[in-house]
Amino acid sequence: MIGGHVDGEAAVDSLRIICPNGHLGFAPLRVESFRLGVAVRPDYIAADSGSDDVGPVPLATDTSASPLEWQMQDLEHMLLASRELGVPMIIGSSGDTGANSRVDLYVRIVRDLAVKHGLSRFRLGYFYSEVDREKLRRRMRAGETVPGLEGHPALTESELDATERIVAMAGVHPFIALLGQGADVIIGGRSSDSCVFAAPAIHHGFPEDQAYYLGKVLECASFCAEPYGGKETVLGEITRNAVEVTAMHPAQRCTVASVAGHAMYERSNPYFEHVAGGTLDMSACRYEQVAEKTTRVTGAKFRPADEFRVKLEGAGRIGERYVGMVGIRDPYTIAHVDEVIGWARDKVRERFGDGGYELHYTVYGRDGVMGELEPLRDRPAHELCILVQGVAPTANMAEEVCLIGTRQMFYARLPDVKGSAGSVAFALDEVLRASPACRWTLNHTLRCRDPLELFPTHMTAAGG
Amino acid sequence: MKTHKLSQLAKTIRSKNAGVDLITFDVIFAKRETYERVKRAGVLTRETVCRLYRIGPERIADFVEFDPGNAIKFTIYRLRPSGSPGDPDIFGAQQYAPLLDVEVPDDAASGP
Repeated sequence: MIGGHVDGEAAVDSLRIICPNGHLGFAPLRVESFRLGVAVRPDYIAADSGSDDVGPVPLATDTSASPLEWQMQDLEHMLLASRELGVPMIIGSSGDTGANSRVDLYVRIVRDLAVKHGLSRFRLGYFYSEVDREKLRRRMRAGETVPGLEGHPALTESELDATERIVAMAGVHPFIALLGQGADVIIGGRSSDSCVFAAPAIHHGFPEDQAYYLGKVLECASFCAEPYGGKETVLGEITRNAVEVTAMHPAQRCTVASVAGHAMYERSNPYFEHVAGGTLDMSACRYEQVAEKTTRVTGAKFRPADEFRVKLEGAGRIGERYVGMVGIRDPYTIAHVDEVIGWARDKVRERFGDGGYELHYTVYGRDGVMGELEPLRDRPAHELCILVQGVAPTANMAEEVCLIGTRQMFYARLPDVKGSAGSVAFALDEVLRASPACRWTLNHTLRCRDPLELFPTHMTAAGG
Repeated sequence: MKTHKLSQLAKTIRSKNAGVDLITFDVIFAKRETYERVKRAGVLTRETVCRLYRIGPERIADFVEFDPGNAIKFTIYRLRPSGSPGDPDIFGAQQYAPLLDVEVPDDAASGP
């Protein structure tokens, strides 16, 4: 167990962190295993609250994908336990996106909870992650290249123009800075989830090799345990030479298979995890079952990068969006569904021309889920459901694009159809407004001279 | 030759986003010998995945035989980032189904 804050050296033999939720707010944490985790009296309580899995809409429109109630509920459980034990609580990627408004929201929630529960005064640290679009443009005009990840070309000004909001992915640095200032609670902007846990370990002087692995294994809470069951608390313990991870739920275990298997989850390569400032290399990891519910991992290696690069995420709004839905049962019409869609597309084209809008058809029962990857797309089912999406600069135009694209399927003229009173079935004779159509624009990296350059930190107080 | 479907042999067959531009697939086995047997059979390779999903080799971003996890893992590029209008699987979570029916020839020595 640890004493006070000691920078730069391992004054303690081990450090223990619990993680109750792999994506705080997206679904509520499970209370039973969380209380069992708290009863172990960990040194930190930490969780990440973000994911780019929620798609580009929240970042482009500055909203959360998670309901406020669920965010508040998990923050309340964690804050009360943190104050009860007198240990720090750390949250990364506030409100799904880690945008500035989401950080402010979480800071406000923590403050309100402190008042609600009459908590004693504590130090509340937070940092932002948003990157100003025009500042980035100036750097590009000054000759800086912003290279793309995963097949993206380098960032262009036109892609920047299409971008509504950009966040940078923090590493351990702003968390460590705030811990150094004595923060009792940290609310983070967009962060690599593993760094939420690696930061306190590094702050207490544990080797980066072990610290980043600790983060990697804890980031998704019980996804590193078996049997499968999300949102249950897990406990990670770091020493100078190893990381041990233990499932808190009575029916779950962290096994060699579940922990090694977790290294694969949501990543293209199971051996490497890239974060701001370096790469965690897990290719020489050894896994060992040391107790019924506990697996020990040794051999992880952190390799600092030659150049400090930070990942940028950006999203932009394409337009307003409406959706419509139709069904088809006639086998002849099913066999000719592309002609039915073609007919409706033509009618939209007659009204609005070739461009300035998007019209998408998803044909469930044929290749709705997999699209071009579907091996069985030439064997459609006996009935189809078709989802129609109309996207345009204004809501009125999007509605009309979608309505023509949906309703005109009813009037499609197929040469040999027997049913001449309507080519599709409507469950709803209308189209419905959906979330704005957005897209990811940035998946790039930016070189930084100072690891804190993009992540301004702030310290305030809450409670008492 | 007698065969078994991959769904009878693997503990987990799943797909999921790996960032916004990639979908990654995991085929995980409970036993080392089953994993080794599927590897030996050569039914899951860059080439067979390309044929199954009808994509070119340039769409495969990574292909790894992950011994510590008894798993075969591969990752493909999306044509457009996740959540773009018209994307029917924002999480990439339902792209694994064609793997379930991959036929794995039985070894002379072992059953399923």
